[in-house]
Amino acid sequence: MRTTYREAVREAIREAMRADSRVFLMGEDVGRYGGAFGVSLGLLEEFGPDRIRDTPLSESAFTGAGIGAAIGGMRPIVEIMTVNFSLLALDQIMNNAATLRHMSNGQIGVPLVIRMTTGAGRQLAAQHSHSLEGWYSHIPGLRILAPATVADARGMLAPALADPDPVLIFEHGSLYNTEGELPESIPTCDISSAAIGRTGTDVTVITYGGTMPAVISAADELATLGISAEVVDLRVLRPLNDATIMQSVRKTHRAVVVDEGWRSGSLSAEVSARITEQAFFDLDAPVMRVCTEEVPIPYAKHLEEAALPRPERIVRTARELVGR
Amino acid sequence: MNTEFRMPSLGADMESGVLLEWLVHPGDTVHKGDIVAVVDTAKAAVEVECFTSGVVTELLVEPGTRVPVGGPLAVISTTTGEQPHAAPTVAAPGVVTSPLVRHLADQLHVDTGTTPGTGVGGRITRADVIRQAEPVRISPRARRLAAERGVDLRTIGSTTPGRVITGDEVLAAADALGRPEHDAKGIDPQAMRNAIAQLMAKSKKEIPHYYLTEQIDMSTALAWLHEQNRALPVAQRILPAALLLRAVASACAEVPQLNGFWIDGSFVPAGGVHLGVAISLRGGGLVAPAIRDAGTLSAPELMAALRDLVSRTRAGRLRASEMSDPTITVSNLGDQGADSLLGVIYPPQVALVGFGRIAERPWASGGMLGVRPVVTASLAADHRATDGVTGALFLQAIARQLQLPEEK
Repeated sequence: MRTTYREAVREAIREAMRADSRVFLMGEDVGRYGGAFGVSLGLLEEFGPDRIRDTPLSESAFTGAGIGAAIGGMRPIVEIMTVNFSLLALDQIMNNAATLRHMSNGQIGVPLVIRMTTGAGRQLAAQHSHSLEGWYSHIPGLRILAPATVADARGMLAPALADPDPVLIFEHGSLYNTEGELPESIPTCDISSAAIGRTGTDVTVITYGGTMPAVISAADELATLGISAEVVDLRVLRPLNDATIMQSVRKTHRAVVVDEGWRSGSLSAEVSARITEQAFFDLDAPVMRVCTEEVPIPYAKHLEEAALPRPERIVRTARELVGR
Repeated sequence: MNTEFRMPSLGADMESGVLLEWLVHPGDTVHKGDIVAVVDTAKAAVEVECFTSGVVTELLVEPGTRVPVGGPLAVISTTTGEQPHAAPTVAAPGVVTSPLVRHLADQLHVDTGTTPGTGVGGRITRADVIRQAEPVRISPRARRLAAERGVDLRTIGSTTPGRVITGDEVLAAADALGRPEHDAKGIDPQAMRNAIAQLMAKSKKEIPHYYLTEQIDMSTALAWLHEQNRALPVAQRILPAALLLRAVASACAEVPQLNGFWIDGSFVPAGGVHLGVAISLRGGGLVAPAIRDAGTLSAPELMAALRDLVSRTRAGRLRASEMSDPTITVSNLGDQGADSLLGVIYPPQVALVGFGRIAERPWASGGMLGVRPVVTASLAADHRATDGVTGALFLQAIARQLQLPEEK
């Protein structure tokens, strides 16, 4: 069945709400407007205003309400419009959701799912375009997911809701219109492992989420140059699945980390450091990174494109590493 | 005058060898007997000595190259007092370089002949020269693999731009040297098995062996050893093997018809007594390098030579003369518990002496029966070169010598 990333997320929410009456969705404009990115379109009509709840413009309030509902036994899905706005709810996420199980000696869990849009590429300027999932993946107590494929967009929500602790799902805004094939019966999906997006032998390109299309396009280009790139889709940004990364690097002996986050103090830095710690003696070249330029994401189209990790930069970096 | 230094024959079965490593550079002064290179035969990495004195003017072969026996490896200038003239930096024919680039290349000691040019029409640019002058870098994986497989990183010329030696290049070099995984000693067990198979089949096919054995009373010899060892520190104690070797060396002097080679249909006596000692390797296989001039060594000296030879053999480092020189082979399987052994001659030698275990046995002497330590000595000899009578004399000479341990 051919479907879009957006429809896959919607279908996952629909399935979860049908399967469990404790599940409900809340966030800004998720009801009558159908969601800022159209994900929840039609759900209000199907499930009614008690389970598809429009909220006031206060991320701190409705995220906090979601945490309270989760503690009270519900299985809320909180939608935050973009990761930039999630900073208004950061106190709730970090000081409450991530900590309560530890501070209550295991008595209070927060089985909450927070979905939010991340990333640039749609000319939404510097207050709507950043990629801050790397910040969240710094926080113990949270599980951070970044579905890059239609299959993961469809499959990750159910195990996230089943998790007894808070899970954050980062949906890259440029992926909503991408299409992919889904099987009729949805296979079970894990939220613990990285995946090999494409097998190769010469260089490992590690990425996740919204930069996946650029990496796949770069891998195609590299193939025409006779360079076989293996693509690792991290999928889960916290906890990182080191074994899959190292297995690939031990095969290709070279690694490029592609991350739409800024380079300094980033998730790409973490991945690079782990490779150096665990696979140093299997490396034939230094670990390289392709990240977003260290500027607030520009509004102008050509500047925005220039700031982001583009296939040409990935190809150039991979060629430097391979020496061809 | 220039002479060519050629691939030596490091054994009768050797047809070619792989040059592993140069231990000299052009311009070095060498003397006869100096170790100048390491060559890999199918059996071991062997240090090769130089046969002339002079100055190395040119190395003709890159490490990793297989060269037939007799093939030239290097040019040695034997004219005394003449220093080789350093070749001026010249570009390869057809490569255009600017005066500035040539000047820079001279300053940085870069050979423009081997520098890849990236400029218009393949011209060598300043950046090319500077890049060429950068030290070669080695990846962490390449270092690890080189250590694991015993590859000398200096022998690998990287082709990668930016000149990083990668793990794949080390693996290629290791393959060229026949150094598979998990064998850092530089000996390929399969190649060694093949070499032994060929040589032993050739021996059994061509040499009409005859065999003699003799039981020898070792009580006098062992008593003498016991006295000697009392005064020696543990590390220097003499083992019975040294006495057995000395007895063989002495018998070779007495019966020289068994000490030499069968070459082109006739026996050629050897100039000295160089005892080939069969040494089994831990990974399987065996080699029989020589203890040179064994007849001139005392028992403690023979013991020291034997220890040295065994340890270097097992480390994979033998000298060329030790590999090519043996005039007769001694095989001692006493340690392994065999009572006696009947050996296969190592061509073109004409005899192999075997010793079994020294064990207490009933022994009749002077009309009395006693218990004595006894060893069975055996001789496998080439019937083309000698007859049984000569062989019997040889074994008797060994037996007699073992009754006179204090002599020399």
